[in-house]
Amino acid sequence: MTVVAGYVPNPLGEAVLDAAIEQARFRGTNVVVVNTTRADRLVDPRYAQGEPLELMKRRLDESGVQYAVRHFTSTDTAAEDLLQVAQEVTADLVVIGVRHRTPVGKLLLGSTAQSVLLQAQCPVLAVKHG
Amino acid sequence: MDNFLTLLDGFATAAQPIYLLYALVGVFVGTAVGVLPGIGPAMTVALLMPLTYSIEPTAALIVFAGIYYGGMYGGSTTSILLNTPGEAASVITTLEGNAMARAGRGTAALATAAIGSFVAGTLATMALTFLAPTAAELAVKLGPVDYVALMVLAFLTVGALLGSSITRGLSSLALGLFLGLVGVDAISGQQRYTLGVPALTDGIDVVLVAVAVFAVGEALYVGSLLRRGPIQVIPVTKGWRTWMTRSDWRRSVFPWLRGTAIGFPIGTIPAGGADVATFLSYAGERRLAKGEARRQFGHGAIEGVAGPEAANNAAAAGVLVPLLTLGIPTSATAAVMLAAFQRYNIAPGPLLFENESALVWALIASLYIGNLMLLVLNLPLVGIWVKILQIPRHYMYAGILTFAAMGAFAVNFRQDDVLILLAIGLLGFFMRRYGYPVAPLVIGLILGPIFEAQLRRALSISQGDWATLVQSPFAVTVYSVLVVIFALSLVLRRRARKLEKVLVHEQKEQMVPTTVGEDR
Repeated sequence: MTVVAGYVPNPLGEAVLDAAIEQARFRGTNVVVVNTTRADRLVDPRYAQGEPLELMKRRLDESGVQYAVRHFTSTDTAAEDLLQVAQEVTADLVVIGVRHRTPVGKLLLGSTAQSVLLQAQCPVLAVKHG
Repeated sequence: MDNFLTLLDGFATAAQPIYLLYALVGVFVGTAVGVLPGIGPAMTVALLMPLTYSIEPTAALIVFAGIYYGGMYGGSTTSILLNTPGEAASVITTLEGNAMARAGRGTAALATAAIGSFVAGTLATMALTFLAPTAAELAVKLGPVDYVALMVLAFLTVGALLGSSITRGLSSLALGLFLGLVGVDAISGQQRYTLGVPALTDGIDVVLVAVAVFAVGEALYVGSLLRRGPIQVIPVTKGWRTWMTRSDWRRSVFPWLRGTAIGFPIGTIPAGGADVATFLSYAGERRLAKGEARRQFGHGAIEGVAGPEAANNAAAAGVLVPLLTLGIPTSATAAVMLAAFQRYNIAPGPLLFENESALVWALIASLYIGNLMLLVLNLPLVGIWVKILQIPRHYMYAGILTFAAMGAFAVNFRQDDVLILLAIGLLGFFMRRYGYPVAPLVIGLILGPIFEAQLRRALSISQGDWATLVQSPFAVTVYSVLVVIFALSLVLRRRARKLEKVLVHEQKEQMVPTTVGEDR
């Protein structure tokens, strides 16, 4: 029984984290924060490292909920990693962030949110920023 | 004064809108490849060689020169923001530049690098403007014997000074010289090392080899490490307008000038190109720094960015002097540019300034313009350059391989060439894998046939008497210089190693333990 949060180091990711902490308190469960990279590029702004990572952990510490951070490199996409972790810990809620995409952007890059929404075995909470 | 007028003519040519556009394309592409580690100006010029089929010489050379200069600018961005040098000449910049970025002074570091590159590039181009015609006049008087001496100098310094070890550099050079022998002998008409393969009778095209070792070899190497590369954090650079403070300016001006003074001469003599110059400049600034600045070294001293960045751009201009006046390239990019000249049947050398004066001066004028463009491009567009680093490697390198294969096919429109490309590319991969520098190979391949022709000419004039090689005063001077350079380089190398040790030690002390995720 866990809340799984797909985290990225930006305002949207912070909103996801807030929602996940709130849900964990509400349900009385712990949070598993997932942040992965495919390591196929030199710079990946969606992979938390250094200061943002520490800040995220501090926020979780301060929130008082039990938590675990899954922070790793894998060959799978972010959606696959998130779903796999969710299955592994038998999550009862997955929290993800959604944002506006242009039709072309969606065509070219696909949508992590869409795969999670359609393939997750549990309810998904989609959070918007701002 | 005569030169000045021809330079103005050059400006008139280079300032035509179409050439301005070519220069812009060149510096833009050059900066982009300079930013990307592993992709350098040499590879890019080699990949763009098919351009020489469709556009005229002046335009193509303006593009290539733009790429060459742009690469020098771009390298500093990655050094400062990522602690990963974009190309070899920016390695030193990482030391102080990244420390500055971590201390929140990334914008100042980027600004001093860009403005310093501009100042040094412009001053060095001026030096090139005045020195090159004089050097060309002297070069006309050189005979085959003198050329042989100059090329021996170029071979040995390039082979010995590029790369980490002398043995590896020289083996790579020897391989290049050997590849240069393949084909029909120009004098006797005999086939050499063609193994009876028809595709080899014309020799192996320089462009093919350059694309193979730089592009294919590098792509395979990156492919072999696809997911191993560590991903770095970019310290965010907000408030791009907050540039350099008054004290930053004051502390940067003299390092810029000193960097130029060190870089240009080192570029002109074949002594390993820009890398040596940046190292010397850094060591010099470190020694000259006093008081507060001295304590800042290792923790983000602006002098340590300003000096080396100026030096590498000045050296880039210096390299053009032997290239244009003697036809002797001393860096990988210069070697590939020489190949571009050859494709247009233009022989760089003493006669270039007489026969192709319009082209040369337009090229030199475009360097001034390109420098200005780079300054304008680099300061506000740093966000775009950083975005480039987020391109997934497999897309980028797949594109490079496609371009490489197309370029190889376009050389002679033969499928065989693509196979040769792959074979040499595989060789390039293993060279990269085992730490052999590839630049001496390309330089050996380009200079080898010229060297052979001059040597045989010298020997047939002297009727086979080898003593002729040391009987010209110029040649004797060159050989003595060679000995001096070698002695100096040994000393410098030892000192460089010592400094490196100190720096590595300092960095270790500063290292903050970072969180490492579990690896699957």
